[in-house]
Amino acid sequence: MSSKTVNQKAWFLVAPVFILVAFNALIPLMTVVNYSVQETFGDNVFTWSGVTWFEQVMHSERFHGALLRQIIFSAIVLAIEIPLGLGIALTMPRKGPWVSVCLVLMSLPLLIPYNVVGAMWNIMALPDIGLLGKAINSLGIDYNYTRQPISAWFTLVLMDIWHWTSLVALLCYAGLVSIPDAYYQAAKVDGAKTWAVFRFIQLPKLKHVLTIAVLLRFMDSFMIYTEAVVLTGGGPGSATTFLSIDLVKTAIGQFDLGPAAAMSLIYFIIILAVSWLFYTLMMKNEDA
Amino acid sequence: MAKITLQNLKHSYLPFPTEESHYSLKKMSLDWADGGAYALLGPSGCGKTTLLNLISGLLIPTEGSILFDDKDVSRATPEERNIAQVFQFPVIYDTMTVYDNLAFPLRNRGVAEPEVDHRVREIAGMLDLTKTLGNRASGLTADGKQKISLGRGLVRSDVNVIMFDEPLTVIDPHLKWQLRSKLKELHQRTRRTMIYVTHDQTEALTFADQVVVMNDGEVVQTGTPIELFERPMHTFVGHFIGSPGMNVLPCEVKGGKATFAGLAIATVNAKSYRGSGQKLELGIRPEFVNFAKKGIPVDVVKVADAGRFRIVETRAANSSSIKLLVPEGESVPEGKTHLSFDANHTQIYENGWMVGASP
Repeated sequence: MSSKTVNQKAWFLVAPVFILVAFNALIPLMTVVNYSVQETFGDNVFTWSGVTWFEQVMHSERFHGALLRQIIFSAIVLAIEIPLGLGIALTMPRKGPWVSVCLVLMSLPLLIPYNVVGAMWNIMALPDIGLLGKAINSLGIDYNYTRQPISAWFTLVLMDIWHWTSLVALLCYAGLVSIPDAYYQAAKVDGAKTWAVFRFIQLPKLKHVLTIAVLLRFMDSFMIYTEAVVLTGGGPGSATTFLSIDLVKTAIGQFDLGPAAAMSLIYFIIILAVSWLFYTLMMKNEDA
Repeated sequence: MAKITLQNLKHSYLPFPTEESHYSLKKMSLDWADGGAYALLGPSGCGKTTLLNLISGLLIPTEGSILFDDKDVSRATPEERNIAQVFQFPVIYDTMTVYDNLAFPLRNRGVAEPEVDHRVREIAGMLDLTKTLGNRASGLTADGKQKISLGRGLVRSDVNVIMFDEPLTVIDPHLKWQLRSKLKELHQRTRRTMIYVTHDQTEALTFADQVVVMNDGEVVQTGTPIELFERPMHTFVGHFIGSPGMNVLPCEVKGGKATFAGLAIATVNAKSYRGSGQKLELGIRPEFVNFAKKGIPVDVVKVADAGRFRIVETRAANSSSIKLLVPEGESVPEGKTHLSFDANHTQIYENGWMVGASP
């Protein structure tokens, strides 16, 4: 019955996108999949190994450790950066000459390359000559991030907050200035106090922006590599060895390509799943 | 509820205004009785929203004072003034239900929950919102949302005045009429003082007992809809109110007699003219112009059908255009004819203002 015109020319039109996506996502990903199910001893000789590598990674103490550290790190960083960024955005001026000053100051940390951030904090936190390290030690606190796990974690978290809170603040600020004045005026007329204005006007209007901020910060912090490697190199011991660092050690340090590939896929699926979960939860009441 | 008095009120958005042109609102004094329905009518940018925000306390006046029942509230916050305001775009609290939205102003003021419930249900009944009380407010249509804004204004029994800032802008035309009559009905039921800002003459004239016409930061005339129609104090009012607006024609006045294009015209106020040599104009509404056997010779230029009547445009000998309304069923002469003006509604204006009347 259908007299639909069949026109295969359409494929030519979508082909460029296909090729682009294939080269930048599908083919590299399939390479990883390929490695994850095979054993290789070099000379381009591969033998089928099934799910061995996946089983090995899933039962590996080392992977569990790295994953746990990663989750704790992301949780701490999110718990501090989101409220702090929101708070900063709320206190930033809405008009006047200070707006641009604030915006530039807030953007600065975002413009510094990751490895430079790591190097900066590495030097600044050195316990003997670094400004931060020396200052903490002179307060009578024993601080040495190359030797004590607590110090190392403290420095890493502080560095991440310094580097990324601005992003949250800028996103929230953009959301706040887009709320029409009439809402604030209506709230004034309705006798709403500052807290009620925040709870019933600002927070609901910032919902989408906050969702984006949480997602971005989760994904980024969960994949942290450069800054941590430059600052602590995963140490002391393996105290700050997060998933990316562990992965690189496995793949390039030990050349265990099979387990590294299996680990990459598991890592990828975790990020995908958690991001989806976040998004679904935060958008749940959208159309209720 | 309160009587509202504005004394020598002036406002500028600049921090240090030095010239008259720096003021968005030029000096004005007004008295509004308790329980009245007032409209502020004027074109966009004439200062009506500024005036509204001054009364509600969202702006603090540069000069002059605002009194509620003889108490000076010029510098009080909106909360202290105890007013309600409905904005151009509906403001609702998205995360709350319709019920909670209506209860919000009461709960903020610590009203006991049984009283809140009583008031919310009463107002919801008046606004036909009873069925949707449990729904999330964000899912409603624009007119539903605007009803909530309106309800939040009505829910407090002790507000001094409820102000509307062009509240029907985003409402569909067929619902505008409904909400407008709802507002009128609510005013009659509650007898609150209401101030309604609009640039739409139909809204102003149907809603208000007293209309304040503003132009360029000044009050041009205050009066009932009939007064504004029959006795416009300024040619601006004549133009702005009425569809089409008043005919404003060049004229001369000598010895208490007005002449237009060399013909003597009987007017209401030519006798009061004291001759200061300023620009003189004659104002006559199209409703009060008629075809006649003799009178002012004109050419019929254009006839436009506007439903129950036709708008006829004619041209006089001195090329002034004169419009008149012809009811349905009456014939319109073609080509050359004559017009007569109703003397009781023909007024002389000097430099824009009506002769013999102080603005």
